[in-house]
Amino acid sequence: METANIVENVAFNLLKQAVIYLPEDVKQALRKAYAEETGEAGKTQLKAVLDNVELAEKYQAPICQDTGTIVFYVKAGAVSKNLDKIEEALTKATRKATVEVPLRPNSVNPFTQKNSGDNTGRLIPYVNWEIVPGDSIEITVMPKGGGSENTCVMGMLVPGEGIEGLKKFVVDAVMRAGAKPCPPNILGIGIGGGADISIKLAKKALLRPLNEPNPDPEIAELEKEIFEAVNMTGIGPMGLGGKTTVLGVHVDYAYRHPASYPAAVAFQCWAARRATARINSDGKVEYLTHKMW
Amino acid sequence: MTVYKLKTPISEEEIRKLKVNDVLYITGIMVTARDQAHRRALEYFKQGKPLPISLEGLAVFHCGPLMKREGEKWISVAAGPTTSTRMDVFEDEFIKNFKVRVIIGKGGMGRKTTGAMARYGAVYGAFTGGAAVLAAKAVRSVRTVEWLDLGMAEAMWILEVEEFGPLAIAIDSHGNNLFMEVQKKAEKNRQRIYQKLGLSP
Repeated sequence: METANIVENVAFNLLKQAVIYLPEDVKQALRKAYAEETGEAGKTQLKAVLDNVELAEKYQAPICQDTGTIVFYVKAGAVSKNLDKIEEALTKATRKATVEVPLRPNSVNPFTQKNSGDNTGRLIPYVNWEIVPGDSIEITVMPKGGGSENTCVMGMLVPGEGIEGLKKFVVDAVMRAGAKPCPPNILGIGIGGGADISIKLAKKALLRPLNEPNPDPEIAELEKEIFEAVNMTGIGPMGLGGKTTVLGVHVDYAYRHPASYPAAVAFQCWAARRATARINSDGKVEYLTHKMW
Repeated sequence: MTVYKLKTPISEEEIRKLKVNDVLYITGIMVTARDQAHRRALEYFKQGKPLPISLEGLAVFHCGPLMKREGEKWISVAAGPTTSTRMDVFEDEFIKNFKVRVIIGKGGMGRKTTGAMARYGAVYGAFTGGAAVLAAKAVRSVRTVEWLDLGMAEAMWILEVEEFGPLAIAIDSHGNNLFMEVQKKAEKNRQRIYQKLGLSP
């Protein structure tokens, strides 16, 4: 099979996997939150979440009706062939998944308010490209729900306030978001680079599994500190009160300009959907997040 | 916490029994309406045009469902709630004009809606955000769809539901609002959190 067909097939499978099956690390974190929740309201909400995760798998139905804006992350091996065919294949896969999985049509022209009906449109599905050594192609899909996207924030902080300013920015963002982003959430925090870079890093950090802290021990410590702090808010599951407001905090960074301290917080709802596969140069496909495939 | 199981149409007297933290399951007719359907319904009211269905005593669900067409029939695949705060600008007029008794959504609603619920007798039932299959399985049938020109998510879906829930009563008809209480408590924790992080207030 030629590359374009393989990519289309793989992307279709990834979309289907992502919207129906939560990754194992997310399920584990939700079960742990349920076991540890003491508030009655929070416990009821987490029970409904876990029941729903099970029902979605049983009936092969999307976990959430908001199957999101379709965002792809592609790691393209620098010497792999037919890279110019990938975007079209991803678009085709999105159209097919919209009909066959199905996905809710979520792509709207911002001027005419007309829904394209097939989850595609100018720049959508969005593809984040990364060139890596080698000849394989790794594709990740992140169907990103609108509720949690609506509470994402980006700010140009005061460099003189340093990391303290960042911590305050994050706590304030969680407080302001309250019940809106379907807590318990995962927080992606991006620092530095520039306005665009910080929000890109923040969103991409959401792809890191919950059981993998930052490899840099100092940043891992910061992640833990923010995790504990925002869970003290008491916002809880669905904002109805409880112990678990976030399931995890992931930080990533770039160096910053001396005059700027860009920072961004990306919110991910509990339905933290993602799926990854690698296509080797011989056409062999490995599914990395959903191994049973 | 009391568990209530009510059938539509629901009377004002019945709905006034519910208090925040109670749990409600609904059987009967439920109508979806998001931003665009709210807007259109209120425009219809202003022009004296009737809605496709009388909403009196019914439940309105902030939901943009994922539906699948099988022949002439629509099947609800996934139908969880959307964020209700976006409908805050419409809801007091909506409750007043259409005598809806239950508003279902996620994330809660504000002071204006809370006031209208107290005045006209309605409650807000929070359904777990994202629990879309749980919701879809409580939909016995899709009776019809109106205003499909607004798109699948924004159309008005008229659903027959059976024991739809659990709905956490988060706003009752007595002026109580659980989300605002939680938010108030969180606000009280803010200084404690700043302290833990070594921040100046």
